Amino acid sequence: MTKLETLQHELLDLFTSNKETITGQDAPLLNEFRASAFDDFKRLGIPTKKHENYKYTNLESYLTGPEYSYELAPLNFEVNLDDLFHCDIPELATRIALVLNGFYYKHNRPVDLPEGVILCGLAEASREYPELIKKHYGKYAKAENDSLVALNTMFAQDGVFLYIPKNVVLDTPIQIINIAFSLMDLRITRRNLIIVEDSAQGSVLFCDHTLCGKSFITNSLTEIYVGENTNFDLTRLQNENGNSTQISNTFIHQEGNSNLTTNTLSLHGGLIRNNTYAKLNGENSYNNTYGLFLSDGNQHMSTFTNIHHAKPHCTSDQLVKGILNDTSTGAFNGKIYVDKGAIKTEAYQRNNNILLSKTAKMNTKPQLEIYNDDVKCSHGATIGQLDTNALFYIRSRGIVYEEARHLLMYAFANEVIGKIKLEALRERMIDMVDRRLRGELGACENCKIIHN
Amino acid sequence: MSVENDKILTEVTQNEYKYGFTTSIETELIPKGINEDVVRLISAKKEEPEWMLEFRLKAYRHWLTMKMPKWPHLKLPEIDFQDVIYYAAPRKKPKYDSIDEVDPELIDTFNRLGIPLDEQKHLAGVAVDAVMDSVSVKTTFRETLAELGIIFCSFSEAVKEHPDLVKKYMGSVVPYTDNFFATLNSAVFSDGSFCYIPKGVRCPMELSTYFRINAANTGQFERTLIVASDDSYVSYLEGCTAPMRDENQLHAAIVEIIAHDNAEVKYSTVQNWYPGDKNGKGGIYNFVTKRGICKGDNSKISWTQVETGSAITWKYPSCILKGNNTTSEFYSVAVTNNHQQADTGTKMIHIGKNSKSTIISKGISAGLSQNSYRGLVKVLKSADGARNFTQCDSMLLGDKCGAHTFPYLEIDNESAIIEHEATTSKIGEDQIFYCNQRGLDTENAIGLIINGYAKEVLNKLPMEFAVEAQKLLQISLEGSVG
Amino acid sequence: MLEIKNLHANIEGKEILKGIDLIVKPGEVHAIMGPNGSGKSTLASVLAGRDIFEVTDGSVSFLGKDILDLPPEDRARMGMFLGFQYPVEIPGVSMVNFMKAAINEHRKYNNLDPLSASDFLKLMREKKEIVEITSTLTNRSVNEGFSGGEKKKNEIFQMAMLDPKLAILDETDSGLDIDALRIVASGVNKLRTQHNATIVITHYQRLLDHIVPDFVHVLYKGRIVKSSGKELALELEEKGYEWIKEQY
Repeated sequence: MTKLETLQHELLDLFTSNKETITGQDAPLLNEFRASAFDDFKRLGIPTKKHENYKYTNLESYLTGPEYSYELAPLNFEVNLDDLFHCDIPELATRIALVLNGFYYKHNRPVDLPEGVILCGLAEASREYPELIKKHYGKYAKAENDSLVALNTMFAQDGVFLYIPKNVVLDTPIQIINIAFSLMDLRITRRNLIIVEDSAQGSVLFCDHTLCGKSFITNSLTEIYVGENTNFDLTRLQNENGNSTQISNTFIHQEGNSNLTTNTLSLHGGLIRNNTYAKLNGENSYNNTYGLFLSDGNQHMSTFTNIHHAKPHCTSDQLVKGILNDTSTGAFNGKIYVDKGAIKTEAYQRNNNILLSKTAKMNTKPQLEIYNDDVKCSHGATIGQLDTNALFYIRSRGIVYEEARHLLMYAFANEVIGKIKLEALRERMIDMVDRRLRGELGACENCKIIHN
Repeated sequence: MSVENDKILTEVTQNEYKYGFTTSIETELIPKGINEDVVRLISAKKEEPEWMLEFRLKAYRHWLTMKMPKWPHLKLPEIDFQDVIYYAAPRKKPKYDSIDEVDPELIDTFNRLGIPLDEQKHLAGVAVDAVMDSVSVKTTFRETLAELGIIFCSFSEAVKEHPDLVKKYMGSVVPYTDNFFATLNSAVFSDGSFCYIPKGVRCPMELSTYFRINAANTGQFERTLIVASDDSYVSYLEGCTAPMRDENQLHAAIVEIIAHDNAEVKYSTVQNWYPGDKNGKGGIYNFVTKRGICKGDNSKISWTQVETGSAITWKYPSCILKGNNTTSEFYSVAVTNNHQQADTGTKMIHIGKNSKSTIISKGISAGLSQNSYRGLVKVLKSADGARNFTQCDSMLLGDKCGAHTFPYLEIDNESAIIEHEATTSKIGEDQIFYCNQRGLDTENAIGLIINGYAKEVLNKLPMEFAVEAQKLLQISLEGSVG
Repeated sequence: MLEIKNLHANIEGKEILKGIDLIVKPGEVHAIMGPNGSGKSTLASVLAGRDIFEVTDGSVSFLGKDILDLPPEDRARMGMFLGFQYPVEIPGVSMVNFMKAAINEHRKYNNLDPLSASDFLKLMREKKEIVEITSTLTNRSVNEGFSGGEKKKNEIFQMAMLDPKLAILDETDSGLDIDALRIVASGVNKLRTQHNATIVITHYQRLLDHIVPDFVHVLYKGRIVKSSGKELALELEEKGYEWIKEQY
């Protein structure tokens, strides 16, 4: 048996022997999915490098390792939120919720929200808002052909639930702080559901952090439904310790005239794998998928996208950029898929990478799969170094080599950060990336989150 | 697109395949199916030495452990490999010393294909090795070439007359374990061309192999081996056609190219196997492994292909850039129409320092066809200063076809500069209108636009082929716009 | 100010400069002319410290200091400015940020505090007028999407901002129409003082109608083969470079 097969059996056993605890957390609607997810996971196994989608991401060395424990119920301990973190971006300071090791924190402060907007834990939502859960949960993330989705569905107990009702405009973003903190190495399952009803608008920021140096393996899954005529942004800041592994799946379903942007900034982590699936299921919708990753040491950062144009007159734009140093490795595996009937599709995809060291390695696989002729699609990928002409030009104006290099890296990264719409957040991210590029790892300047 | 254009599409896509005739010539066939005895029989028929038989048997035994690849973006039918005849040859004499001895039917066949075997009527500056079914029929200009030390003959003759060269190079670029189809070829290959250019010689004429499948139910498995010694140059052309038959026929070939220091090899293909009829019945299954190695420093290999035929095409002419300062190019136009499927592209493996590769691929899909580009650019740690530029464009004509792009870029050296660009679009209505406005009808306009679209690649073909290829594009596609 | 002695330089093993001698004093304008491929741009790049060229012999002293071992940024901070023949596009770096970084590096070198944001903007406004450059250009990324004329104006604008002691203008006139040429030249003239010096590298005499040199040197096959006053430029214009080629 290979290591991954052994792990698969361990996880199946873990589920079987703790079934009562897992299903006993009072989230009945989530339980309905577990049995078939169990079968799917058993059938599919954990993808190896032979799996086309995981050709460039070797899960084995990240998923198998030391003994990981698993929290089957939320830890019953209280934290002082002010001690833990403090966000000084005015627009982000008010609507904060904490998710601790995958569980929505019990003592989150009440948040002032427009009428009808719901922000709570997924478990709570499954008890309080069964109609919404029934309608959307497990509808966009399909477990039958993705074993990591199946694994998440098997164990999913909690996470964030956000509901924005019809015609409601959320003017300031909701910030979700995902914290991993444990005395032992830990496996975490996190499941989020975001529903944006017709003509509603909002934005969410996810900040993923580890609070200690333990090893974490996080399987995170977010389903996003956006109705007609909506506008929704998701910004994600991934800043975890070097022992952590994060597999993050995002499944997006867009109805007509919707406009959705995801922007994922992967600043630090051991292995980060971001899978984004978007289905453009209504005419005249727009999807933007942006990402930036900065890797050094032994890190591996991988982006997988699948943008599915199912209806005519939709536009999608993908831009993923990476800067790789040391012995880090990166991968981009992106796809534009255009259905037969999806005429007047415009779909663009670009992946640019800079290798800073001899030992860094980048694999990229931008793909187009197109089944009708009335489309405008393009993709491009580059792998290279900082432009030596530009370096000389900057130095000839009196700027030192290191600074010139930094300026160019920053300019390279800036194209992605510049896509963040909220100015205060954008500026904060610019600052974070700037410091990350200088080799500093940390939280925002005034936040109390400490990284190891 | 207008109704008018639809009509033109229908008219032109029903254009008949003009090479679809059969030659009634007596053919020697062996029984259907494959096993060790068949492999031995083929080897015996070809009066091969023991080492060749050993090579075949090793390949056959390895093949038994392999499965047909499932990764291509093709709807691959189950192929019953026991239902294929692995050896067919025009009866009569196995080799002709002069043109007078060749069966007139055969001469006629090749004349109809535009490939005169008579040196008096030769295409300007082209030496031809004509291969019918499994056997080389005639190689022209051998003597002229021999004066320069150039060896150009059928593979079977090379095995007998130049065993050291064959032993040294055969399987050195495409090992017998390489892939399902290459391994099958290594076990049962029938004939093909062998070409050796000695040191410092620039081959004065284009060398060419013309492949023709004639017999029914047979597979064709040829292999070509080209060795270019230091400082030599050769340009090589390959053409192919097959009769129209209702059943599918299998073609699994191998081409190996070795380029030593400062050598340059140009390999051009116009692939026009029978593509099947407009309902997708019949046609050749074309599974080809072509690979070159730029073994010596400063060597260069360029592949140019115009792919218009075959029901299924699976081929990735590739290059291993082993020497320093080596160069490889891949220029491809792949046209699919009706029910054709193509999964084609290239692999560029950069090992040597300052190695450079260029990939230009133009896919054109029409009818109900599926056309995929699949390419790998791999830069190894050793390849300091490697460069690649890839441009692959797809054009769709009609709303029932598909165009796909699957590039793989694997970069393990920080000094490499790799660029990949791809676009997919339909034929420009504004361009057609502009041509219309200047007095061109839509059919001509499309021919013009398609040829312009493919020009970058067509320009790379030797003159004799370029004209033919242009016509072929027009025939395959004229007016196929929906 | 600048003293070049017997300067030899190679690129990829090929010798381009074969022994250049030149002395430039404060307040002077020197024109270096010569046919294509004579080594004019190489000289400019070597002076600015481009590392693709290898200096094999000779010395260059600038303000009394041997600069050949200094990185390009140090030479720049000492007060050497190179106006590029082909200004480089740097997508994503705004002109404002670029100049702010450069100015403050120069100030740091001279033990001055960084400019405040408002002082910096004031300086920008002031200098923009010299080259009649519009605000929209400075809001864009460095040289990105600039026309040929805009790029050259932008070089002079940067020169004005950085206030160099020695400006080397490499083919600043190439690709300029007459209006742009006038603007660029008048920018250079406005910046002339008794304390700074300019080396104008050009192929044509045209620019020298606008920027009047004190000395004209003819560079040919990597050597200065003729030096004289401004009348030499006119003579060259009249007789063409063939005249030089025949002699040397």
